[in-house]
Amino acid sequence: MNIHEFLIPPDQSCKRPGPHDRIVMSSRVRLARNVKGMSFPGWAKKADRLRALEAIRPAVEALGQLAGGFSESMDNFGALDKQILVERHLISREHAAKGVGSGLVVNREETLCVMINEEDHLRMQALRPGLQLRSAWLAIDQIDTALEGKLDYAFSNELGYLTACPTNLGTGIRVSAMLHLPALVLAEQINQIIQAVNKLGLAVRGLYGEGTEALGNVFQVSNQMTLGEAETDILERLNKVLLQLIEHEENARTTLLEKKPKMIFNHIGRAYGILANAHSISSKETMNLLSLMRLGIDLAMFPGIERWLVDELFILTQPAHLQKQFSDKLSAEERDLLRADMLRERLRHVSRPVAKLPPAQGNKPDKPASSS
Amino acid sequence: MLCDICKQNVATVHLTQMVEGKTKKVDLCETCSKDKGIDDPTGFSLADLLLGLGAAQEMAQAASGSELKCPSCGFTQADFKKSGRLGCADCYTTFAEGLEGLLKSMHKGTKHAGKVPRLLQQNKNVTEKLNGLQKRLEKAIAEEDFEQAAVLRDEIKQAREKLDSLTTG
Repeated sequence: MNIHEFLIPPDQSCKRPGPHDRIVMSSRVRLARNVKGMSFPGWAKKADRLRALEAIRPAVEALGQLAGGFSESMDNFGALDKQILVERHLISREHAAKGVGSGLVVNREETLCVMINEEDHLRMQALRPGLQLRSAWLAIDQIDTALEGKLDYAFSNELGYLTACPTNLGTGIRVSAMLHLPALVLAEQINQIIQAVNKLGLAVRGLYGEGTEALGNVFQVSNQMTLGEAETDILERLNKVLLQLIEHEENARTTLLEKKPKMIFNHIGRAYGILANAHSISSKETMNLLSLMRLGIDLAMFPGIERWLVDELFILTQPAHLQKQFSDKLSAEERDLLRADMLRERLRHVSRPVAKLPPAQGNKPDKPASSS
Repeated sequence: MLCDICKQNVATVHLTQMVEGKTKKVDLCETCSKDKGIDDPTGFSLADLLLGLGAAQEMAQAASGSELKCPSCGFTQADFKKSGRLGCADCYTTFAEGLEGLLKSMHKGTKHAGKVPRLLQQNKNVTEKLNGLQKRLEKAIAEEDFEQAAVLRDEIKQAREKLDSLTTG
């Protein structure tokens, strides 16, 4: 079975519900581990990396939680396959650059994913839709405990789990959530919020993690410190901040609807207009406009349309996913044409957004009446 | 002047060597100089003697422009500066001094406060228990409470067996 036959089609994976999924697109807990007596992957010679992979991969594959999963060496993936895995958030961009001596094991549900010989010997993560940090932690903690019986971890009582980069030292944990924050962006509050979150020792990043742009108003919030604090404390701290961010985003939505309804309707209406009618559109523009449409769905402007429609398009319109649907190698310009074709087709049955001013505001005589 | 090694006898052998452009002196007594095989000054490295085995090699590297090197994986401080990553788990010991400040600035603390591999945790718990029992046994014997000592001796035996099974299993 190849990875494409294995992967769950986005029209199914996007329908999985989760708590607060209006704003929190997904939760993730990642652990970094290394095996004692072996150089870290970035420094190890090819033969040593292969030896590490040979020792680690069977141990991971044998875990009950990964039964029926997918396991492959990174050199057996083509560039397109790797990019698709990145677009699905199953592997990091760094791991996509690996070849011989690195591996990947994913479970059937795509909720557990183990990267072998990324920056560390083991990078294992649990993924959940919506805000479910605790459930993700429990799942990955279990995998880690099962693995420590088979692999001799590099661990020091003083410094905890020893990692290639000192920024992951100690617990080796990275707890993160992907947030869709269009109203905070439209209200121009996002920079202030990011600064406040940074001050709490948390990182705010773009869609694909470190050093990436916040395309589609999607932000990744995660812990930065890993040493000197227990896993559950780190998780609780992040969870509290995330709940506050959700509240801020909801407040920003309510306030914008009350104070600047025309501005919001204009953005969403134009987004719909372009997505449903364009004949050439880039991946970046698509994501930014889909984000506005997602906001429109949340604000009940597209009756009968559910959020997963946008979430699915969010994945399908990305370069590698688009390329995969066509056998010929496409240029960026060709992709833009095909992307627009796909969007027009998918949005054919989606009616124009309904823009109703909130009742209290709608009666005000000094405001121009909204279109019905 | 006393011998640099035993610090007891009067030093009668005086050696001078240039290391890193600096003059280093070592003064030894008759016995210690023979123990160290310093009958032939040319085949002897002062730094080795003063700083332990391998130090001379390190200094030679320092003199030739390279720096501290991890004995397990050959990673150097310059490599760390280049990549921001370490070479292996032992690098944390090799570069401990230099890393301390860095860790302090990037983390909440410098002592691990999270999960510990179960096996190590059990090991630690049993070792601590064993130490406690040992102290109680010494006290019981000192107080000539042999009945209690017999009980403790059995408990220690059990704990030892547990520890053995943990480390071998």
